[in-house]
Amino acid sequence: MAEIKNKTNLSCTVNGRASDNIVSDSLLLADFLRETLGLTGTKIGCDGGECGCCTVLIDNAPQHACLTLAAKCNGKAIETIESLSEESRLSAIQRGFNEKLGAQCGFCTPGMVMAAEGLLRTNPDPNEQEIRAGLASNICRCTGYVKIIEAVQSAADELKMSGQAL
Amino acid sequence: MEFMPNFKLYRPDNVDDAIKIKTEHAEARYVAGGTDMIVNVRRGIEQPQSLVDLTSISNMNDITEVDDGLQIGANVTLRNVRENQIIQQNYPCIAEAAGSVAGPTHQQYGTVGGNLCLDTRCLFYNQSEWWRQSNDYCLKERGDTCHVAPSGKRCFAAFSGDLAPSMLVYEAEINVVGPSGSRRIPLLELYRDDGMAHLTLGPGELVERVHLPMALAGDPSRYEKARIRGSIDFPLAGVAIRLRKGKGNAVEDVAIALTAVNPYPKIISGLQGLIDGNLGEDELDFIRDAVRKQSKPMRTTTVAPWYRRRVVGALARRLAAELSA
Repeated sequence: MAEIKNKTNLSCTVNGRASDNIVSDSLLLADFLRETLGLTGTKIGCDGGECGCCTVLIDNAPQHACLTLAAKCNGKAIETIESLSEESRLSAIQRGFNEKLGAQCGFCTPGMVMAAEGLLRTNPDPNEQEIRAGLASNICRCTGYVKIIEAVQSAADELKMSGQAL
Repeated sequence: MEFMPNFKLYRPDNVDDAIKIKTEHAEARYVAGGTDMIVNVRRGIEQPQSLVDLTSISNMNDITEVDDGLQIGANVTLRNVRENQIIQQNYPCIAEAAGSVAGPTHQQYGTVGGNLCLDTRCLFYNQSEWWRQSNDYCLKERGDTCHVAPSGKRCFAAFSGDLAPSMLVYEAEINVVGPSGSRRIPLLELYRDDGMAHLTLGPGELVERVHLPMALAGDPSRYEKARIRGSIDFPLAGVAIRLRKGKGNAVEDVAIALTAVNPYPKIISGLQGLIDGNLGEDELDFIRDAVRKQSKPMRTTTVAPWYRRRVVGALARRLAAELSA
């Protein structure tokens, strides 16, 4: 393809589906997901990597969508909060947040859930300290974190009991 | 936050191309993880016409054991430094420093090169466009007055990277490549005492890899920093210390380096008197006082300089006590 000024051909998968777009070089992944693809589950909070609300998984690793240029995601697998539930059935972590009251206003929740998803994929049986460390890039202004940690613990326990892994 | 400026993103897959693009586009900036750079671009602090992304360069991604020590590529992520067993065992404070940068999500894509070349920070600089405009900008960026020291003619923005002090205590060297070839220099020579231009890199030059010497591998060390929150925040003050003990617990070798309290990572001088002695209360007090005297925190954070000077001394004393126990 001929090079278009300040634009890049972006081929990646978003939530398992192939996505081919021509994007502006300066487009941020958060805006690409929200504006171009309409996936508004990913929230933009501080817009500067301080709050973690925009956390998505890129090749299984949590990253800030608000600090990642979309053009750098060529060939990558991106997963957002929208990918977790299956046929309206909540994932284990989502269920944990629901049952343990891990969400209040809910704005930080997509980022928290994705950070927890990234954590449990690398460490399926984290202790409280490891959960705190794994979610240390995410800020919640409502819950005081105790309920969030219980939610992740509950999800890890559920996955362990059912013999599933993320 | 402001809109992104319209820039061209280059993604070269080798160092030569990166240097060529950078040389051809004078206004271009190198970017790696972007955890700090993209924030600065959005705030209008950096207004690049082009960005040269270094993360596609494949031969800067590895941690390699070599005859004279360990090489860490500039593209290695902070997470990989944190989790690397050789670094954890042989250069523990470097793993500790990497694990203390911002939060775990930042460490997934923040890089060694980016952390070493981190821009200096200041309360009057790392702000939004309207904030800086309302304040008539500052000496470091578009303005003509330093709000930290209005009568001075220099910039006091503080270097706030965590890796640099932890690597300095191990006498790290770096490979710098540029249009005129490659050179290997002590890491300390990457920096100068000027908040406006704290890096000695020439036009088009970039840090390719870090060398850690075999001779110091295995020396016990610690890194700790003070910050407002337990994660995400930049350090208010940080201390790395390497302490090797010999017979009868006597000090064989000691090195201390600081971050966030000077425009460059500072190696503490005048510690020779501690060699061959034991670290008792008097010696620990001497370390605390030496660190306090040589740190020069200015009003570059929301926390007062006097507190940062006290805390940096207290951290150094505590870490020295831990390592000498």
